[in-house]
Amino acid sequence: MKVASKVYTFLVFLFLYAPIFVLIIFSFNDSDTMSRSVFSGFSLRWYARLFEDRMIMDALKNTLIIAVVAAAVATVLGTVAAIGLNGIRNKWVRRMMMNVTNLPMVNPEIVTGVSLMLLFVFVAQSLGGLSLGMLSLILAHITFCTPYVVLSVLPKLRQMDPHLYEAAQDLGCDPRRAFFKVVLPEIMPGIVTGMIMAFTLSIDDFIISYFTSGTTQTLPIYIYSMTRKRVSPEINALSTLLFVAVLFLLVIVNLRQARDKRAQERKEGLES
Amino acid sequence: MSFKKRFLALFAAALLLLGMSVPAGASSEEEEPAAPKRGVTINVYNWGEYISNGVEGTLDVNAEFTRRTGIDVNYTTFDTNESLYSKLAGGGANYDVIIPSDYMVSKLIEEGYLEKLDFDNIPNFQYIDEQYRNPDYDPTNEYSVPYTWGVVGIFYNKNYVKEEINSWKILWDEKYAGKILMFDNPRDSFGIAQKLLGYSFNSTDEREWQEAAMLLKEQKPLVQAYVMDQIFDKMANGDAWLAPYYAGDAATLVEDNPDIGFAIPTEEGTNFFVDALCIPKGAAHKKEAEEYINFLCDPEIAAANVDYIGYSTPESAAKELLPKETVENPIFYPPQEILDNSEVFVNLPEETSLLLDSLWAEVKMGGPGETATLVAILAGFLLLYIGIVVYKKIKAKRELQ
Amino acid sequence: MFFLRSIWLGAIATGICLLVGYPLAYIISRTGARVQSVLVMLVMLPMWMNFLLRTYAWMTLLEDNGIINTALATLGLPKLHMINTSGAVVLGMVYNYIPYMILPLYSALAKMDHSVIEAAQDLGANQRRVFTKVIFPLSMPGVISGITMVFVPAVSTFIISKMLGGGSNLLIGDLIDMQFLGSAYNPNLGSAISLVLMVLILICMGIMNQFDDGETRGGGLMI
Repeated sequence: MKVASKVYTFLVFLFLYAPIFVLIIFSFNDSDTMSRSVFSGFSLRWYARLFEDRMIMDALKNTLIIAVVAAAVATVLGTVAAIGLNGIRNKWVRRMMMNVTNLPMVNPEIVTGVSLMLLFVFVAQSLGGLSLGMLSLILAHITFCTPYVVLSVLPKLRQMDPHLYEAAQDLGCDPRRAFFKVVLPEIMPGIVTGMIMAFTLSIDDFIISYFTSGTTQTLPIYIYSMTRKRVSPEINALSTLLFVAVLFLLVIVNLRQARDKRAQERKEGLES
Repeated sequence: MSFKKRFLALFAAALLLLGMSVPAGASSEEEEPAAPKRGVTINVYNWGEYISNGVEGTLDVNAEFTRRTGIDVNYTTFDTNESLYSKLAGGGANYDVIIPSDYMVSKLIEEGYLEKLDFDNIPNFQYIDEQYRNPDYDPTNEYSVPYTWGVVGIFYNKNYVKEEINSWKILWDEKYAGKILMFDNPRDSFGIAQKLLGYSFNSTDEREWQEAAMLLKEQKPLVQAYVMDQIFDKMANGDAWLAPYYAGDAATLVEDNPDIGFAIPTEEGTNFFVDALCIPKGAAHKKEAEEYINFLCDPEIAAANVDYIGYSTPESAAKELLPKETVENPIFYPPQEILDNSEVFVNLPEETSLLLDSLWAEVKMGGPGETATLVAILAGFLLLYIGIVVYKKIKAKRELQ
Repeated sequence: MFFLRSIWLGAIATGICLLVGYPLAYIISRTGARVQSVLVMLVMLPMWMNFLLRTYAWMTLLEDNGIINTALATLGLPKLHMINTSGAVVLGMVYNYIPYMILPLYSALAKMDHSVIEAAQDLGANQRRVFTKVIFPLSMPGVISGITMVFVPAVSTFIISKMLGGGSNLLIGDLIDMQFLGSAYNPNLGSAISLVLMVLILICMGIMNQFDDGETRGGGLMI
């Protein structure tokens, strides 16, 4: 890289990471008044407080439950949908189905949130005044996560040799076995990517949750209610921890991908 | 914080004398075992920063309630009466206890959003002072129990605002342009303008509301931001110098920060408000909710609670438990002449309320969206789209030829 | 007019994202494989930190007594007023959505066959012509999907304007929020505004897609 490019890259990354550094630094701030602009010494007190804070821990628990359930369901739904989509022969039907699946991703989040809220409220009221809460949140998260899973599984299906499935059946597998033994392992990387994506989207989602949460608090909603008054450095501490966890996860995923890539290259090298 | 700690000691001593368990502090939890869990969670919807939450050794009201009764509390917060109303009217969120202000209580009563309370389950209502019973917003006192009361005043930074504040006019002073904060809710914001103009908060005269809106629009260039609880932050770090807000918050703001002062404009008078505990219609756990309300009215709990949040209590029994300097502080318990010179918000008739909504949107958004402009924008984009499509078709045709 | 303001601010933010993001995406796509994957990861990483908190951190940075102004003051420079302006709102949009611009651009640029550029150079095109005639047209799918992925959330945001705009630089999103959960309950009006916003954005998408010469867009959309 030329010097100019290096400087440019550095500046853009500085822009991207400046607020994150601020967050991390102030999670170690030793101050009574929750100040966000004066650093008055190093301390781990906010980390200690974090684990005692019932509200934050409850919100975190809710967020994780929703993310796990939504990611799992969305992965199954999305994979099934992708297989179905891949099987459609009619070009027009297929294009239309693709557009329908992509629409939630193009649609402004606030519109999705509002319309889901109206739908859920309507259903809840016709069921006798139920309250929105975990269930509606999970349903909403499944709704916006599924298209991303479809999008990451579909390319893998296209890459797959369609004759593999037939070959397995010719060799005596029943369709179910053929699917689980042949198709599934082949598209697994796409499924895993989709699931990770669904999980992170769900954890970070604020706008849609904000409209569909009813009385339940997830972490982003709790953070939002804090930004309207004062954000406690406990939240900085929590996000620092989450950030480190994600960094760790990403490094692992990246290493794995690099390994897969090398393996594939070797395989291709052997074939040619 | 010093006086809070001192109060805590006092409070503990008072409780010991009464031979009751000490709710504050972890050590006491061993003395009295927690009540068995009942498997019930009540949803409480309150203003932000409006309950004692156990920070720095204060009483954690919700935790104490759970410990004593075995009922879990799911505690969430809102920031304006209007957003509370939206959440209730929008449906889909079933709360058991809500804490709206006076005018919102009567609006909710009128529109049938509140459940009548069973006062047999709220024996501690006896502690509520006579003057707070049967208020104008709930004349027969069937729906609400007062939680706290207070007045509105102006917080200012003593380093930059040297003059004496006795009028709302200072919020229109160009000297402080960009350093003024304003309420982010229509009633409070318009209220200030109305007082300046010498009108009532509860006017039904359209012209008066229009004038108030004009005044607010005039002020807008000077306003740094329209906020609610963010004033804690913005005032504390010196980003803003002047902010009208509720007197009770002086407990946090003025005490944490010696540079910040609080003044109640006496020239035009101010707003006196009561926030009250209510149960919305269709609450799933009404009985437990009443238990919660009763618990909050317990003088000791009420005293510990208001001592932390800083607002004024409607219970003399609780007031007696408060430290002397709080009770004698004119910020928290203002003298009678200020109270006499203040006005209460009353629920507005439908028509005025709609007018207020649209005027408020106008003040904040700078003009209502004209339908014609909107259609023009949409049509413009649509034409552009069609134009491009047609152009490309023609181009493709030409290339073919 | 909040509708025009939203579109205007969203368009400015999208433009800045493109101007800032394109060179970076190009630089990343020209580095070695190992550095490349690290850089891509670094672009994605901020998205995993809660966006409310990151925006809140910008508040800390931009305030009149915030970190940037304190730094300026210690250097003896005059203070800048940054928070609660429409500039701050645009900055918030650029900051939050620029990864969505860089990533599709990068994947379009990385896929590009380098020999095409060499061929153009061999045929006597200067650097500028190579860029305008070869590189940019080839990266068009990435540009399109980048613009869509930034413009849509930028136009419809309601948190950024609230936090960095001080409640006086309101956008469509704020208006919708106000009708449903905010201070002026009117779900009918709110639904109407939502619908108009949706139609508006679909038309914008349609316009953008016209610039995409029949190429598949799917490749650029995925990270």
